[in-house]
Amino acid sequence: MGHAWCERKCIDCISRFAAAANGRMLSGMGMTIAEKILARASGVAKIAPGDLAVVKVDLSVMIDLSFSRSSWREVLKVHDPDKVAVVFDHEVPAATRESAAMHARGREFVRRFGIRRFHDVGPDQGISHVVVAENAYALPGTVMACSDSHTCSAGALNCVARGLGAPDLLYAITTGKTWFLVGETVRYDLTGRLAPGVSTKDLFLHIAQEYGDHANQNIEFGGPALAHLSIDARRTLTTMGAELSAEFATFEPDEVLIDYIKTRNPAPFEPQYPDADAAYARRETIALDRLEPLVALPDKVVRNAVPVGEVAGEPIQQAFIGSCANGTIEDIAEAARVLAGRKVSPGVRLIVTPGSQRIFAAAVRAGYVQTLLDAGAVVTPATCGACFGGHMGVLGPGETCITASTRNFKGRMGDITARIYMASPATVAASAAAGHIAHPGRV
Amino acid sequence: MAAALSAIAPGRVWKFGDDINTDLMLPGPLLQAPPSEQVRAVFAANRPGWVDLVRQGDIIVGGRNFGTGSSRPAARSLRNLGLGALLADSINGLFFRNAVNFGFLALTCPGIDRAFEEGDTAEISLADWTARNRETGATLPIRPVPATLLTLMTGGGIYPVLEADRLIAPDIAQAEGAR
Repeated sequence: MGHAWCERKCIDCISRFAAAANGRMLSGMGMTIAEKILARASGVAKIAPGDLAVVKVDLSVMIDLSFSRSSWREVLKVHDPDKVAVVFDHEVPAATRESAAMHARGREFVRRFGIRRFHDVGPDQGISHVVVAENAYALPGTVMACSDSHTCSAGALNCVARGLGAPDLLYAITTGKTWFLVGETVRYDLTGRLAPGVSTKDLFLHIAQEYGDHANQNIEFGGPALAHLSIDARRTLTTMGAELSAEFATFEPDEVLIDYIKTRNPAPFEPQYPDADAAYARRETIALDRLEPLVALPDKVVRNAVPVGEVAGEPIQQAFIGSCANGTIEDIAEAARVLAGRKVSPGVRLIVTPGSQRIFAAAVRAGYVQTLLDAGAVVTPATCGACFGGHMGVLGPGETCITASTRNFKGRMGDITARIYMASPATVAASAAAGHIAHPGRV
Repeated sequence: MAAALSAIAPGRVWKFGDDINTDLMLPGPLLQAPPSEQVRAVFAANRPGWVDLVRQGDIIVGGRNFGTGSSRPAARSLRNLGLGALLADSINGLFFRNAVNFGFLALTCPGIDRAFEEGDTAEISLADWTARNRETGATLPIRPVPATLLTLMTGGGIYPVLEADRLIAPDIAQAEGAR
């Protein structure tokens, strides 16, 4: 199955023998997007699976949890404050005294080192991955790091971006560098168009069901369907790359992306395309028109999805739409479309959390928030909040929730006896109206 | 270094299967709790009481995709429990990074899940990169870890390096990750 390790079994040989063991010739072989970005960032001509790439980090993002009592260590030196952004997102506004103290530590760090890109509680508040995209802090062709697992989100912007641990991130902000063990790349070519009521969340669930985890592999997305996929839709997919255990999930650049970046950040950038002779571990074509709404059953994401019809009728007490994956303006618009003129079923709590305050404001202007309020939804400020069981929508014992967020792990959103189904915003909104899991086309 | 590293004590095996996620090792509500409190909650949702059965040097054998999920310091809790190592068919890259940086030996060993029953004894050699089942004699190749990463993994992680380079302050309040 192509796991690559050093055939000579010597410690230092992290090696290119791996690729040879997979029956590939390296000389003359081109590079995937991730390999090209890593090669540039590490100042070498060629990067291949099995390499240990030591790279310059173009952007390091610290979140409020970076300053939590259990993770924080006093930083004495920041390599380059202009390559650091600080975005409070997990518990904003502060949910507890502990999180208030965590925010205070973060503000002190920002002041001490003169961090200019700082998103505190207020109008610029948002989930870090959403804030990074809407401000185009991460530029195509660059390397981004952040101590949250869904950092791969920025792969939609043609970045090599991944979540690091807290100590990893301290290394990155103090030295300007990090390392990656380079894996093989799986390429998905997307064709056709999604049917109404079907989203890239369903595409993600299809990939998770059909192909399973991608541990130690990169994912690359391309194909003619990109012309019909907004950056928001792409970001849902790359964000969920974390749930496939992918190292990186990166989109090919196109006009849609380049326009998106240029309207948000005047800095120059150089997008990276894969070489025509790039070597992939696998290459698959997915026809988007054939996809249908799916639901992941509780407790795990990979190889755990079924068509909505198979679980339709399952009673729910909570429905949640939000997170870095599903808190976009398009997600909120979709929820409003499904719920327009309808009511959330008695006994169900529908909680909608926009990905940023900027999205919240746009949703107010577009009338989506009014539609959701009229339906009986609770719309919260932007935060990671309920997605990680932090605040504003924590589940109690024995409850069942259907969520359009990132994870359905046991205990993820609160009590360990709660059951969490995961689906698209349309399916979650339809379920909230029905009082049980329901197909978005058949409320 | 390599000579010393090759001597990993044999350990009693605990099995956990495929797709073991970080929320099971470190539940969200405890993210801001001190490490000594976090360690009590390891696998509380899927295997209540297990932390009381673990002995120093025990080894976890996982299946595919071990450590999928969050960036939270789950590997630190496994280290603080006194576990000697993790062997798994495949390991999530982010969990692996945390294992490197918190100084917990996490090794990829395709086929390991099938080669062990719970309670077997695992012998790990980093000299020839193998894992051996003492009961059955089955021996599997471990994917070698680059020397620089192995040094961190077996030498207390990245914090001492950052302290020595005067990039972060010494941890006075608590020995990081104290039990």
